[in-house]
Amino acid sequence: MSGRDSQRLPSGGRVVREQPLDFRFDGQPYQGLAGDTLASALLANGVKLVGRSFKYHRRRGIYSAGPEEPNALVQLHRGARTEPNTRATMVELVAGMQAQSQNRWPSLAFDWRAINQKFSALMPSGFYYKTFMWPPRFWMFYERQIRKAAGLGLSPLEADPDRYAFEFAHCDVLVAGSGASGLSAALAAARSGARVVLADERAELGGSLLWEHKQIGGQTSAQWAAQAIAELASLGNVRLLPRSTVFGVYDHNLIAIAERVTDHLADPPPGLPRQRLIHLRARRVVMATGSIERPLVFGDNDKPGVMLASAIRTYVNQYAVLPGRRVAIFTNNDDAYRSAFDARRAGADEVSVIDSRASVDGELVARLRSAGIAHHLDACVAAVHGKAVESVDVVRRDGTRIARLACDLLGSSGGWSPTVHLYSQAGGKLRFDDAIAAFVPKQIAAAIDAAGAANGEFSLAGALAQGHAAGAEAARSAPGAGRAIAAAVPACEPEAAARVGPMWQAPRQASRGKRFVDIQDDVTVEDIELAHRENFRSVEHLKRYTTLGMGTDQGKTSNVNGLSIMAELRGEPIPTVGTTTFRPPYTPVALGLFAGAETGKHQTPVRRTAVHAWHLQRGATMATVGQWMRPKVYQRNGESFDAAWQRESLAVRNGVGLVDVGTLGKIDLQGPDAAAFLQRVYCNNFANLAVGRLRYGLMLREDGIVMDDGTVARLAEQHFLVTTTTANAAKVLTHFEWLLQVAWPELKCHAVSVTEQFAQFALAGPKSRDVLARLLPQCDVSDAALPHLGTLQTTLDGEVLTVYRMSYSGERAYEIAIGADCGESLWTHLLECGEALGITPYGTEAMGVLRIEKGHVAGGELDGRVTAADLGLGKLVRKSGGFVGAALAQRSALVDPNRPVLVGLVPVDAQVLIRAGSQLIGTDVVVRPGEVVTKQGFVSSATPSALLGHSIALAFLDNGATRHGEELVAASPLSGESTRVRVVPPVFVDPDSARLKG
Amino acid sequence: MQQFNCHFCGPRDQSEFTYLREVAPVPALDAGIAPWQRFVYERDNPCGAHAEWWHHNHGCRQVLEIVRHTQTHAVLEIRPARKPGTVA
Repeated sequence: MSGRDSQRLPSGGRVVREQPLDFRFDGQPYQGLAGDTLASALLANGVKLVGRSFKYHRRRGIYSAGPEEPNALVQLHRGARTEPNTRATMVELVAGMQAQSQNRWPSLAFDWRAINQKFSALMPSGFYYKTFMWPPRFWMFYERQIRKAAGLGLSPLEADPDRYAFEFAHCDVLVAGSGASGLSAALAAARSGARVVLADERAELGGSLLWEHKQIGGQTSAQWAAQAIAELASLGNVRLLPRSTVFGVYDHNLIAIAERVTDHLADPPPGLPRQRLIHLRARRVVMATGSIERPLVFGDNDKPGVMLASAIRTYVNQYAVLPGRRVAIFTNNDDAYRSAFDARRAGADEVSVIDSRASVDGELVARLRSAGIAHHLDACVAAVHGKAVESVDVVRRDGTRIARLACDLLGSSGGWSPTVHLYSQAGGKLRFDDAIAAFVPKQIAAAIDAAGAANGEFSLAGALAQGHAAGAEAARSAPGAGRAIAAAVPACEPEAAARVGPMWQAPRQASRGKRFVDIQDDVTVEDIELAHRENFRSVEHLKRYTTLGMGTDQGKTSNVNGLSIMAELRGEPIPTVGTTTFRPPYTPVALGLFAGAETGKHQTPVRRTAVHAWHLQRGATMATVGQWMRPKVYQRNGESFDAAWQRESLAVRNGVGLVDVGTLGKIDLQGPDAAAFLQRVYCNNFANLAVGRLRYGLMLREDGIVMDDGTVARLAEQHFLVTTTTANAAKVLTHFEWLLQVAWPELKCHAVSVTEQFAQFALAGPKSRDVLARLLPQCDVSDAALPHLGTLQTTLDGEVLTVYRMSYSGERAYEIAIGADCGESLWTHLLECGEALGITPYGTEAMGVLRIEKGHVAGGELDGRVTAADLGLGKLVRKSGGFVGAALAQRSALVDPNRPVLVGLVPVDAQVLIRAGSQLIGTDVVVRPGEVVTKQGFVSSATPSALLGHSIALAFLDNGATRHGEELVAASPLSGESTRVRVVPPVFVDPDSARLKG
Repeated sequence: MQQFNCHFCGPRDQSEFTYLREVAPVPALDAGIAPWQRFVYERDNPCGAHAEWWHHNHGCRQVLEIVRHTQTHAVLEIRPARKPGTVA
């Protein structure tokens, strides 16, 4: 390989030698093989240094061969597709891949922030909190510097160009993990007829069967796995999901799975999403997620060349890479000896085992001897020499020196921790198993079973048997399953238990250098001791004070070591100290996955009225009101925005205008008790509403505060049409449904939304009746036949058309409703009818101005804090009660005469604008920066009025009804404006409603 | 995400429903301040079985009475909130 020191073994492994793949790391060209991960390809090329650590910028190499990787986090790809902090151990190598190391400047080999190591004594846990406190106003400066130094990779600056898909799925049994127990469980469940999903985060199914040197039923474990997978793939009731991480277990067995669909393809076929989020409802879950090896804690245990013992044999057996020629294994258990044997078998020049235990099984010693492996008992690694591992000091546990051992690869093993994340997320409780020195499931969670290593069963035969039992049991509850299946589990060679001699850290007196517990977060034994001294002793405090386990790896290799060291310091057993909470996601998940297809214009549905196309064609500036699109103004050529709404509002005052009000909520209410129902939900009187008439309605919440306003038209004896504000349409319908179904089920009345069934337009202005007369020549639209608050129902070209005479602008006005399909033709027909009268379409800007001029309340006033009396509508409220909110509206604070009530404001200087949101203060108040001033009220709506020639505003003012004529200051601290205003009644136009009634 | 077996629609995801409030007798409209005060503001907040009104607003639009375990989220009972014998 271009003359580089290749660590690739001449044969073996699961890589495809005929398929070399070129890739670059930090710009340097390398070559790997199909089947490699980025990590195995880097190791094959002899690359040891792959990153710099988070805090001290220490040199770091590849530490594991799996999802637990704390160190080898790389920036993948460039440009919009760049992805930070990807685990090189989980990234499948793709031809042309570009990866960069992180957290170094100017280069990986020379990183100036490595100076942090020299000052590490000044940067213990919590040093930010202690150091950057004073003076407080400097925090802004500190924060900028800290942020610059924090973090590892860089997030992309452009929008994500990839597509993400979402899928709902269902199954009887989900098996998470496809190692020995997972395959065994899937086979048992599938054979009995259950619908099975088997998901595994790796590219290839098989788990440790692919890299452990073990035998099942006379074949290699990998052969057995291939056979099992082939059988599963042939069954119609099984779905195999490789490259799919089961990252979360949520309520009622909702399983979240992240499937990497095209990440491993150099040239993905078009149409496929990059990743897919699967929401899987599984009747039962078999957690066969295996286990994660724990490292041992010793001096400089983070240097490149130190890795988990199991990672060594994974690279040797699965990827045909021997990451070092002189291998040392530091262990407290038998399991790690496999790595020594496998490294030796692969041709390592020297292999030694350094075991902290005083004695081991005699047969094991004999096998070591025959393999030519050096063996040190009661021994520890005290120090690691070299920038990357060159040699290690081996000492007795009491600190006496044994030897300096030359080596370029150091495996460490402190035993195995079952991967209990999913079980714990599901609410399952854990217990500490002393025999394996690890937390295992208590096996009482409702719908999730653990099997194999995830359950603390580390032998192959045990894993197969547990998997089979769990799979069969999980299938039992599946409908249609229950086919009898053979209980036989294939025979395996007997395995002795791993005999973990609990030891978390090498003896301190013998150690030199930093002893890392959490390698990703640079948390050392000293940090844990400091947390203990400073009384951050609970595991949750320990975690937050030191950041132990808070990295992207969530402490997969560090949590148990950390809490065990805390338990030692506290002098308490590990179970007493407990674990921190496991939360989803199990491993980092791309944010794009959660957004799925719901980005850009698909983020939220868009609601369009029946006349939407016409508005756009007319060049209307559209506004988003909730999900609705509404025209704001219709600007003419060369006309400014302000000129446009001024023209529109004056057209309504002086001639006739037409506005689309199709977004108003409309509820059709029918039934013999509909009238009684209305009397209970509105605080004003509806008992005497005649057929063919309509009325303004004010609705209170249960707590007596105004909920919504609108109109109610009585179309027939038992048939009403209720309108709501655009914003509260859904809320009001839900309110009605709850009352009708729960509070008053005895009322015979039914409510249904008809908002989208009708188009509705308001025809407003002194000339509006003339337009209406031209539209409906067959109807009598005189004031006698159709007075204010009257209704008219007729047909137009065979379509039912309803006219409601009501006004929001204060002018004579008619709201005309027709089936939504006929909306646009009615709209254009109305414009034709009004053309000679100068009919002017107007938008929400002009509508807002008109209603403020008339003093009608809207969202700014109905803010969830006001009573009917606050709005000046107290006289509408029935004194007799008997409506929702009647009781609590009587509470003393809600009837306090000093409450802020609705008033109008005009500027003393007509040239000056009043700003909405301004606070009302006395004219004698001097405002000084930093001082608190008591406000007397606030401006809820404000607008310049083209009709009046000055600014007007609606406001709430303490005891305002008695203060008309008073002068105040409307102060806007945000904009620094301060306007002198006069308090006036809140109706600026036509206070006697003469124009309204015609 | 919880799943509720709607009396009318069958098992549906929680995202189709809106939580309304704890089940409690609705006071009469003329019951006065104290009973309404209790109804609107006071909650038992139990650790264990909790009867709740949920609105299937993205489904049949019926209000359901669901008894849930507040710690495990197990659904213990589920039935229409409208009592039998009242009109549909």
